[in-house]
Amino acid sequence: MVPVEYYVGLSAILFTLGVVGVLTRRNAIIIFMSIELMLNSANLLFVAFARTFEALNGQIFVFFVMTVAAAEVAVGLALIVAVFRSKSSINIDDVNSLRG
Amino acid sequence: MQIVSVTDILTILPTIFLVVWACLLLLMDAFGGALGKRLTPWLTVLGLLVAFGLTLRAAGVEQSAFNGLLEVDGFSNAINLLALGTGLFGVAVAYEYLKRFNLARGEYYILMLFSLSGVMLMGAAADLIVVFLAIELLSIPLYIMAAIAQRDTRSEEAGLKYFLLGAFAGGFLLYGVALVYGATASTRLAEIFAAAQAGVANPIFLLLGVALILIGFAFKVAAAPFHMWTPDVYEGAPTPVTAFMAVAAKVGGFAALLRVFIVAFPTLGPDLVPVLTGIVAATLIIGNVAAIAQRNIKRLFAYSSISHAGFILMAFVPYAQDAVHRDTVAAALFYLVAFGLTSFGSWAVVMMLERAEGRGLELSDYAGLGRKYPALALAMLVFMLSFAGVPPTLGFAGKFFLLRAVLQGGYVGLAVLGVLTSLVSAYYYLRVVIVMYFQEGKPQVEGSRLLNWTTALTAIGTVALFFVMQPLFDWTASALLRLF
Repeated sequence: MVPVEYYVGLSAILFTLGVVGVLTRRNAIIIFMSIELMLNSANLLFVAFARTFEALNGQIFVFFVMTVAAAEVAVGLALIVAVFRSKSSINIDDVNSLRG
Repeated sequence: MQIVSVTDILTILPTIFLVVWACLLLLMDAFGGALGKRLTPWLTVLGLLVAFGLTLRAAGVEQSAFNGLLEVDGFSNAINLLALGTGLFGVAVAYEYLKRFNLARGEYYILMLFSLSGVMLMGAAADLIVVFLAIELLSIPLYIMAAIAQRDTRSEEAGLKYFLLGAFAGGFLLYGVALVYGATASTRLAEIFAAAQAGVANPIFLLLGVALILIGFAFKVAAAPFHMWTPDVYEGAPTPVTAFMAVAAKVGGFAALLRVFIVAFPTLGPDLVPVLTGIVAATLIIGNVAAIAQRNIKRLFAYSSISHAGFILMAFVPYAQDAVHRDTVAAALFYLVAFGLTSFGSWAVVMMLERAEGRGLELSDYAGLGRKYPALALAMLVFMLSFAGVPPTLGFAGKFFLLRAVLQGGYVGLAVLGVLTSLVSAYYYLRVVIVMYFQEGKPQVEGSRLLNWTTALTAIGTVALFFVMQPLFDWTASALLRLF
């Protein structure tokens, strides 16, 4: 069996990639994909820990998280489409009519 | 082991009722024709009132449901009442505004009900996974509501920004939950506490997880340095949405924050004090200093709401001290009531002065209000004094109890910082008053019955409740008596 540390390391790398992606990318869709990467890195962690604890609950959490992620996709893509319709761009640097 | 029993459902009946009611309204709004659409707001109010009654009926009950996933007690009932009250005010300020700006759509009220059920679940959540699900149930409808003014680029932009940053924060929260699960082999708050106390928890995972969870919550309640979204979203979202989310998201965020940290992580209290102190100091200073420079009233209130979050968090710093945490919780709830009342009142005034395409929102638009609309200006004066924490208003009472909890915890420096930043805040709140009373101008006010009523009611409440602040506080504290 692969030791749990490897999974933790991999998921930490994925999470960091997600965070860096959100902070550095300017395309709303790619930012959103990076957020999904963060959620999935947490999923990996849940499954890996559940395997070590020989418990099922961690694996079940993943289903909840996937459901939430699906709901977020529905809402998020709708918002992105709405912004694209009025701005013809989903670059978040162009989305800047709010400044104080 | 039974998965779901009737007792479980009865225990959290107000929440379940609200969700079912919202689903029915959704169907009615879609298929009920013109009559159905006209009835949606009124049926929303009816649903909120029924849930209010169900919560009151459950007063004094303490029970856990769904195998310990949810905990119904004085605290969760208090949060229920706060959430439902927020909903009632939310409908009151939205109804005429949405009609005036051609935004009147049934979804608005239904999304509000879903969001409120999220708030109620956050008050009752006794498991980190439920906390995560509840926070998403609270947030996802808010993203849609922020963008509900279609083809208004500012509203769409607010929705997108809120969504991206909210989901980002959700990612932090979830990763934190996963790490805590890895450290303690459980997501139940009580079991996490037991594992941490027995020392069987992996300390690195636990501390990292708690830090990430804290970041997630800080985003939701708009605490610095995770507050960047607040001014933009508050400004861009339609004003009733701003008013609603300012209160609802704070109630939900603080409800979960208080329960999670006090029940599950008291052992980490000493480690977290420097972090929390830093967050509080940054939030108070950034919120209040940035508010000084604002000319747009919605942005001004956005920064002011950041500073209020900082104030509540201040009382949260000594959360791990057994002698203090009950006062912390009671003071935080009390402050949320004060903040909610004042907030809805002042937003109602803002809505009366707002005109199409985002005009009427500058500070200068309030010039001359004192002469032309003395009653309205008086109400706004009350709200500004309450925000600034000047007696005789509820805002003063709220700050008083929070400061007392901080002093009990022994954090004199923080209390001093709180008082000093309150003085700074008085500057920009009183500037609104000065513009209203001492500058010449022709304010345009679009009053309407519900907004007038909301303003009057909240203004009177803000002053009247000040005179019963001690009994009210004692009552809040005793409602939570057996909780923590």
